[in-house]
This record gives sequence, C-alpha cells and structure tokens, in this order.
Amino acid sequence: MKKLKYEKPIINKIKAGVPDKYGMQPKIVVKSEIDGIPVKEIVEKYGSPVFVISEKTLRDTFQQANRAFQSRYPKVQFAWSYKTNYLDAVCRLYHEEGSWAEVVSGFEYDKALSNGVPGNKIIFNGPDKTDEDLKKAIENGSFIHIDHFDELYSLIRISQNSKEKAKVAIRVNMDTGIYPKWDRFGFNYENGEAWKAINRIMLAENLELVGLHTHIGTYMMTATAYAVAASKLAELAVRTNKKFKHTIKYIDMGGGFASKNTLKGAYLPGKDTCPTFDDYAEAITSAIINSEIAPDQLPTLFLETGRALIDDAGYLIGSVLANKRLSNARRAKILDIGVNILFTSFWYEHEVYPAEETSQQTEDTTLYGPLCMNIDIIRESIQFPALKKGDLVVIPRIGAYNMTQWMQFITYRPNVVLIDQNKKMHLIRKQENLKVFKEQEVIPDFLLNKTPLKD
Amino acid sequence: MKLKSNIAISENGFMFDPYTGDSYNLNSTGVEIIKHLKAGKTNEEILAELKRKYDADDLILEQNLYDFITMLSHYELLDNE
Ligand SMILES: Cc1ncc(COP(=O)(O)O)c(C=O)c1O
Repeated sequence: MKKLKYEKPIINKIKAGVPDKYGMQPKIVVKSEIDGIPVKEIVEKYGSPVFVISEKTLRDTFQQANRAFQSRYPKVQFAWSYKTNYLDAVCRLYHEEGSWAEVVSGFEYDKALSNGVPGNKIIFNGPDKTDEDLKKAIENGSFIHIDHFDELYSLIRISQNSKEKAKVAIRVNMDTGIYPKWDRFGFNYENGEAWKAINRIMLAENLELVGLHTHIGTYMMTATAYAVAASKLAELAVRTNKKFKHTIKYIDMGGGFASKNTLKGAYLPGKDTCPTFDDYAEAITSAIINSEIAPDQLPTLFLETGRALIDDAGYLIGSVLANKRLSNARRAKILDIGVNILFTSFWYEHEVYPAEETSQQTEDTTLYGPLCMNIDIIRESIQFPALKKGDLVVIPRIGAYNMTQWMQFITYRPNVVLIDQNKKMHLIRKQENLKVFKEQEVIPDFLLNKTPLKD
Repeated sequence: MKLKSNIAISENGFMFDPYTGDSYNLNSTGVEIIKHLKAGKTNEEILAELKRKYDADDLILEQNLYDFITMLSHYELLDNE
C-alpha cells in the first residue's frame, strides 16, 4: 500500500471575541528566492546565517526617492548616510547613483575618501570630530556641520591658521510637533541659540556659512513635521540674508524617512502606514518654495536618507536550530539569527518567512536567537508554520543599521553577499574567523608560553 | 492517556469542550489522533498506526505525536487518572 503524505498534527485554541483580522488565516508567504536566486543555493554557497543585498532593489529605491524630489525641486542632492550601512560595495552603489557621502566620524570620513568620494562631496556631521578631523575636512573642502559651541570655537581657532576657509553649516534642532523632541544635537531654533551661532560664524573671518542642517528624528511617521522643519530653516536663511546680505547655498533636511518595517507595538503594518517618498518630498519642497526665499536664491536641497533607502534591499537568511515547547506549552523555535546580528529586532516586528512551501497550518510561535541570553528574541509572537531543524527562513527589510551595529558575540559575524542586476552573487564582506580576533588581541609576556592546565 | 468524555469533534476539525466552553481548530492529522484517543487507543498504538499510514520519518512521527499530546494536556483536554 502506498503511504500518504504526512502533515504534522496541530491544535489551535479559538479565541472568543478576537476574530481574525481577515476572517481566516492569512496565506503563508514563502520567500524561496531573492532576485531569482534560490535561497537554498545562497546558503549552500555562503552558509547560514547570511546577509544578502539586492543591487536591483537598492538602485530602484534610490531612483524612486530621487525622482520624487527632482520632479518637485530644481536642485536636489542626496548624501549617503554611512552609518546606516557602510559596507564599501553598498556605498559605492550609492555613489554611482550620484549620492555624496554623509559621515559622522573620522573612521567614516576616511572610508568615504577610500571609496573615491572627493573631499568636497562629503558632509561631516556629528558631535565627535577631533581637531585632526576638522583640519583634514577644512583642507579637503568638506562641508562641516557644527553641532555645538565648543566645536564652533575649535573651528574658529583651527581655521585661523589654515589657508582655506572652512565651509560650515550648523545643525539646528527644533520643535516640529513630534515627540520626543531631539534637542541634544545641534543648536536650538526656538530659544535663539541657532541664530546666535549663525551670528558668530558670520563674524569669523575664516568660516564660510554655506548651509543649514537639521535631522529631526528617525522613522518619522508624518511628513508634516518636515514641512515645519523646512520652514524654520528657510526662515533662518532669509534672516541671514537680510542681516548679512549672505546667501545660504543649501538646506539639508537630514534623514528620518520611515521604512516599511512595522514598529513594535504598532497596530497596523508599516507597509500600510508609512508615508511615501512623494509625501515627504511634497511637504519639504513646498515648504521651501513657499517660504520667503527669493526664487533666484533657492538653496540646494540635501537629503541624508538612510533606512528608507536601504532597508528593502537587505535580507537575512537563517535556519531553524531547534523546536521547543515552553513550560506553558507555547511553541518556540530557535534560529541561528541572534539579536546581536539583527539589532533592529529591538525596534521592529520583523517579518519572517519560510524559504520552502510548508503546510498552511500555523501556530502562535516565539522565535528565539541562539545566544543563551534572555533578551535574544527575534519575534515574541508570530503565526508561524511548523519548520524542521535545518529549514531556512528569510527576514526581509533589514538593510539599515544591522550591518553597522552588529556585535560579535560567541561566534563570527556572517558573510554578506551582493546579488547584482545580472543575478550574479558577490561576496562583499567575508565571515570573520579566529584569526581576525587573534590579530586584535595581545597576550602579555608573562602569560606567554605557559600551559598551566597541561597534565 | 484518555480524552475527557463529552468532547465533541467534527470531521472538518472543529472541537468543543463542554466543560470549559472552549473551542479548537485541528488539522486532519489532529482530528485523526483525537479519534484514536476517543476509541481508547494507547499512544503506542496510535504511533504504530501513523507509521503504517504515513510517508514520514518514524522519529518525526513520534516527536510530533508527543508534542500534540502535550498540547492536549496543556488545554486540559485529557483525563488525568
Ligand atoms: C545626521 C543624520 N543624518 C542622517 C541619518 C539617517 O537617518 P535615517 O536612517 O533615519 O534616514 C542619521 C541617522 O541617525 C543622522 O544622524
């Protein structure tokens, strides 16, 4: 007798008073390939877990964002926010698309130079620039965005001895109607600090005030906050022009556009709630165009968009290490993906998909990482099908911040693979190994050549 | 291990526990195991039956069956003598 196809037995309690959103179980989405390459093949070649970047999605998303702004405003310039993902291959793709570099440390600055970005196409942000960093930035003609008065005075001092004038902007923080207010970076608009900083810069012989910058927050779910911010920067530009007859060359609106990920605790999926590039572009460009800035003096609009550009282009593939029942009979799966490499699982309810067709039956499941630590939870609760040990899963929309904020812990950070537009795979960051770590460590002489535990 | 008496189950997998008023959804393999339990079969007998019938690894069948029984016990659907 021929045996029948087997499906694991499942029992789910029906919760009274909590009707399913769709009236029935949503169909399980299977993510079996990325840009036409089977997930299985990627893992066979590069191991599990493995990060994957899609060149196609990266470029498509960039062009979409660029178009949204270019079609509404005459002078637009994106600058790739290095901290969001500074893998060289990723940065070079953005530079190829025309993006400048936006950096916040000497390390990022040098990385941008090493990627062939000319100094005069680097925006240098952040509260942590050493005197050496500042000197280098002045010599290279980079745009230095001043964060606080200590930095302003350092710059005045340093620039006195330099041949070049320092090209500077100030970072401005302000009330845009959103909570919490980000007032720890830059100079405050409402209390007059920003205006004071502008006045001091205009008096400094070797500083040239070229721009005004703000970064009002990250994952901003409303476009109107940007309209408020753009109006306030425009107002400062007009006031500067009136008092000093000096034209501000650019307004930099920073980053902060939401990606389509779902924030923890959000009721609706991010896909349905986050504003589009067109929404943000409309808010920002109309605020500047409708300001009192004269039409022939419209500043260039800089954007330092990070997560909204790269999130969708990144995937993390992993596998199931084990299935468990918790003491309360809850289903749990342990994945080989820990929060140390998927840092964004602290903010997002990441989508997780099986890489192969499964039964349509799902169970309320907790997804854990492998870290032997209580905080290591990828999803607290997700309707998930039964997968076996070794089965693959795909987590989409993880391109932003994970490949820069990942921590090495108990094992090596994994390979990162780029799939190019011709469906070819390229290793763009090698998995670490013992040698990498040994190289950084130094064993003091008195501990060398001793083997205390040898019999 | 015995199922509590009075528990009603339909062919398409809807199960009702009159003691608690709770209802459940089961897939076809789940329904099949419940029927075996109602018929008074032991876990070993049920496992032997599943092995005979399905094209699946013996150890997976065993692991899944005991996992399913754990859930029944968790939902207090079993008589604990
Ligand atoms: C100054 C600055 N610009 C741009 C970004 C990128 O932000 P996002 O990824 O939210 O677009 C950040 C992120 O923190 C930032 O601090």
